[in-house]
Amino acid sequence: MATPVKMPQLGESVTEGTITRWLKAEGDEVELDEPLAEVDTDKVNAELPSPLAGKIEKLLVSEGTIVDVGTEIALVAADGDESAAAEAPARENVADESPTEEFPAAGTEAQPAEDDETQRVVAESRSGGNGSSNGRAVESAETLRLTRSSPVVRRIAAEHDVDIREIPGTGTGGRVTKKDIEGFIEEREPAPAGLREEREAFGPPEEPEAPPERAPVHEGDRVVALTPIRRAIANRMSLSKRESPHAWTMVEADVSGLVALREQEKAAFTEREGVRFTYLPFIARAVVEGLKETPVLNSVWDRDRIVLRKRINIGIAVDLDDALIVPVIPDADELNITGLARRIDEAVRKARNRQLSPDDVSGGTFTVNNPGALGSVVSTPIINHPQAAILSAEAIVKRPVVVNDAIAIRSMMNLEVSFDHRILDGGAALRFLNAVKRRLEDYGSDSELS
Amino acid sequence: MAEKNLLQAIHDGLAEEMRADDTVMVMGEDVGRAGGVFRVTQGLQEEFGTARVMDTPLAESLIVGSAIGLSVNGMRPVAEIQFADFITPAFDQIVNEAAKFYYRSNGAWNVPLTIRAPYGAVPGGALYHSQSIEAWFCNTPGLKVVAPTFPADAKAMLKSAIRDPNPVLFLEHKRTYRLIKEDVPDDDHEVPLNKARVHREGEDITVISYGLMLYTALEVSRKLSDEHGIETEVVEPRTLYLLDKQTILNSVKKTGKVLIISEANITGSVSGEIAAVVSAEAFEWLDAPVMRLGAPDTPAAPFGRPAMDAFVPSAEKIEAAMLELARY
Amino acid sequence: MTMEKTGARHEALGLDEADLKKIYRAMLLARRVDERSWILNRQGKAAFVISCQGQEAAQVGTAYNLRPGYDYLYPYYRDSGMTLLLGQTPRDQFLSIMGKKEDPNSGGRQMPGHFSSRELNIVTASAPVGVQYPQAAGTALAFKMRGEDGVAVACGGEASTSGGDWHEAMNFAGIHNLPVIFLIENNVYAISVPSALQVAGSIAKRAEGYGFSGVEVDGNDVLAVYEAAKEAVDRARRGDGPTLIEAKTYRITAHSSDDDDRRYREREEIEEWRLKDPIIRFEKYLAEYGLLSGEEREALDREIKAEVAEASEYAENAPFAKPEEALTGVYAEV
Repeated sequence: MATPVKMPQLGESVTEGTITRWLKAEGDEVELDEPLAEVDTDKVNAELPSPLAGKIEKLLVSEGTIVDVGTEIALVAADGDESAAAEAPARENVADESPTEEFPAAGTEAQPAEDDETQRVVAESRSGGNGSSNGRAVESAETLRLTRSSPVVRRIAAEHDVDIREIPGTGTGGRVTKKDIEGFIEEREPAPAGLREEREAFGPPEEPEAPPERAPVHEGDRVVALTPIRRAIANRMSLSKRESPHAWTMVEADVSGLVALREQEKAAFTEREGVRFTYLPFIARAVVEGLKETPVLNSVWDRDRIVLRKRINIGIAVDLDDALIVPVIPDADELNITGLARRIDEAVRKARNRQLSPDDVSGGTFTVNNPGALGSVVSTPIINHPQAAILSAEAIVKRPVVVNDAIAIRSMMNLEVSFDHRILDGGAALRFLNAVKRRLEDYGSDSELS
Repeated sequence: MAEKNLLQAIHDGLAEEMRADDTVMVMGEDVGRAGGVFRVTQGLQEEFGTARVMDTPLAESLIVGSAIGLSVNGMRPVAEIQFADFITPAFDQIVNEAAKFYYRSNGAWNVPLTIRAPYGAVPGGALYHSQSIEAWFCNTPGLKVVAPTFPADAKAMLKSAIRDPNPVLFLEHKRTYRLIKEDVPDDDHEVPLNKARVHREGEDITVISYGLMLYTALEVSRKLSDEHGIETEVVEPRTLYLLDKQTILNSVKKTGKVLIISEANITGSVSGEIAAVVSAEAFEWLDAPVMRLGAPDTPAAPFGRPAMDAFVPSAEKIEAAMLELARY
Repeated sequence: MTMEKTGARHEALGLDEADLKKIYRAMLLARRVDERSWILNRQGKAAFVISCQGQEAAQVGTAYNLRPGYDYLYPYYRDSGMTLLLGQTPRDQFLSIMGKKEDPNSGGRQMPGHFSSRELNIVTASAPVGVQYPQAAGTALAFKMRGEDGVAVACGGEASTSGGDWHEAMNFAGIHNLPVIFLIENNVYAISVPSALQVAGSIAKRAEGYGFSGVEVDGNDVLAVYEAAKEAVDRARRGDGPTLIEAKTYRITAHSSDDDDRRYREREEIEEWRLKDPIIRFEKYLAEYGLLSGEEREALDREIKAEVAEASEYAENAPFAKPEEALTGVYAEV
């Protein structure tokens, strides 16, 4: 039977060649190594010596045709015994093997095809993540940090069947760190944990054991998914109400003098200091002095003891359109009105521009709420857990009041405090409130802006 | 046991090896009569003679090429490249020749050659006496690249390098030659050329570094511990190629947070290789993105002092990076 | 055999009949092995061939002065004439060009022409041109340091003298009087670039600038080469330093099996040089002294061809190294 002669690879990187001239015809005898044809490639032109002796049965490719390396170009019937014919195919196989073979991936056995497959699958599963929902690519790094944290946190969360979003985070941007989740798992009980670091952030605390039943959704209803901030606030408020038995009391303050002072000074102040001049610095100052007189409102409940904080770090509640955030002014007792005005202005600005860092919202010991700015005259604020109390300053309203047994028109501001009744009682709360009231009532148009 | 600086430790390593084995020889520019421009080889020519401590012509390709030829005819040369910045003319002989002799001859010829070179930025060194060149070589199968920072390690690893049947590039941070001192044992102990070292244990973050940056990182770690209660685990690769992945990964898996600091231009640095290994093989343990700190992608260390100081990562920058990582 | 004429060149060189026959056989063997290699390449059985044809005298004449396994050889890729003389076999050559596992140079890892043998002190050759020269100088220095009389021979084409490594090595050899011989086989072409564009001035004369002897020799006259190399080797063994030998020869084939030399030189030029073929010239010399009759020559050629055919077949049937074997042996064990 005839043996095929194939187009050899004449030169590195050559992939094809042309038979420019057959030197033998069909039916001719050819000897081993005798030139069969002239071949042209882009590297060399050469004669092709016959790889075997025999009779040319067929020329398979016509002159001038370009063929790929390895293509059969002629059939030669080998003369002589069978062993010669048998050997020829073996040699062809040797020639067929490409000069270089693929190396299998490091650490694997031979079977390159299978390993390619495995590696592709592995690569896809890795890049695809843990099979979480689509659309994640569009979310910001900040959101991902809060919801997905890091590989190790996800792993621990999965192992313990915990939702990362339920855990308060102390990392960047409120991220749940490995320590946070480990601590959370250790202390996981219905009752609250012991003293933890008081760095308030967006992270929500634990949820109650049994989640409530779903509300039915009717046609026309609009379902709004919770943003991380909303969820955080929701959880924080629930926690505060659950943990601290809230009590509440109120006083009225005659701030006519303060109003006059502010009217008088505000233009000059703004021009001098470059910031707005509101009532908040005065309220904050008064609160600081009130806390100095009744330090029990500047404390935290710690399981079987109360820790009275030395530093007075005042949180100012700032209303954003869809959320509430409390930037903290540390060591507010070291600031005068001007200083407080500046710091408050800065804090509010940063809050509105979403530029607050975790440090900016942490470490608070007492919170001042100002719903009066939005027109409220009475409110019952929820304590900023785990603080002892929170003060609300209401709108300044001109009202008829009795002064020295006569009716006068005075600017009146309501001041309320919600307090943790575990830590203190009404007496202390009222002593505090009265101190604040007195301080605010002391201002007049001739007061120094210290 | 005596206190030695890095320079003295390397000198002692050379002298001891030359005493123990008379096929060990030293060659390079100015290494003989002058004792080396940094004085590392001081006194060696007096003790061992001009043949074994040879002042070569100013020709780096020749220095390495002839050292290869010596090493295949019975000698164990320790070739010095005066500044790592000048290693480039010898690149062909190192990468195409020394590193490939054994593999390409199917095990017939090996090259027991050690090439020493001082690297790293110094004030006044500027572009051509300050470069960190390790990345160019850490992609060369057949070669080993080591850069021990501390004197005792340097002495022990130099001995291992000289005794190794393979070519070893031995890098010395010139700014630490006299800066770092410690007790160096007198004995003949070797440190294997594929083992990292944990200088300091900690739970909070891992810092991987070498050279002057390692030294600074250790100081900053002490500060962070005192001032912030942050405990840093500091790991030194010691060998940059072949990397001790196990020690590095163990540390990362422990802390979940890693910062790699070197003085090399950050893009394409060995730090990148370490970061890739960590990301791939410690992914599930990571609690923060893998961070790197290095020099900017500009030619090394300008001559003017303020620019030079800004080029090398400062203690402040390192502290800020470590704090950011700890707080992530 | 008939008596030698008085005043015969080979006698003056201390070569007897047996030596001359060995030399001739070595040259013819190299030629036949090379011819077969080209056929194997054109048949698609050998991926790459790079020839010694035309340079057999320069190679054998030099190498015949060496002590295999004692002196060191740093050959370049054409030097199969040398390696076959020093102890490699036709089988070795074919195993190498087919990239088989049993290839003694590299186990099939390197291209053909990258010779290596620990036993024969042939140092593993590389592809970048000229790297061998500083290495050979270092090897020679080791001999000198130990006070031994070994020599190192480094070979290359004329183009290998263009690179810095050659000059650095020459300089070093001159400074330290090293027992190294630089054999430049000036075969006129570096692939397609002729020596007029490659070499400024004279290669042989450059040695003088480096403080030692340089000699130009007819590279196609094996006895002339032998003589020049003998002097160089003796000089080196005595401790009198290096020598540069420029052997003027010609590259009969294209640069390699991947090169088409019709693009840059005329057939006539090649034919002119074929008339000066070193093997034919030596045959004439041997015939002149009655040392090789026509029948003897034919018998020898048949014997060589049979040896070559057997070796070629052996290599064709030999196995390749397994792919996973290429992942080992990067580092020597500590």
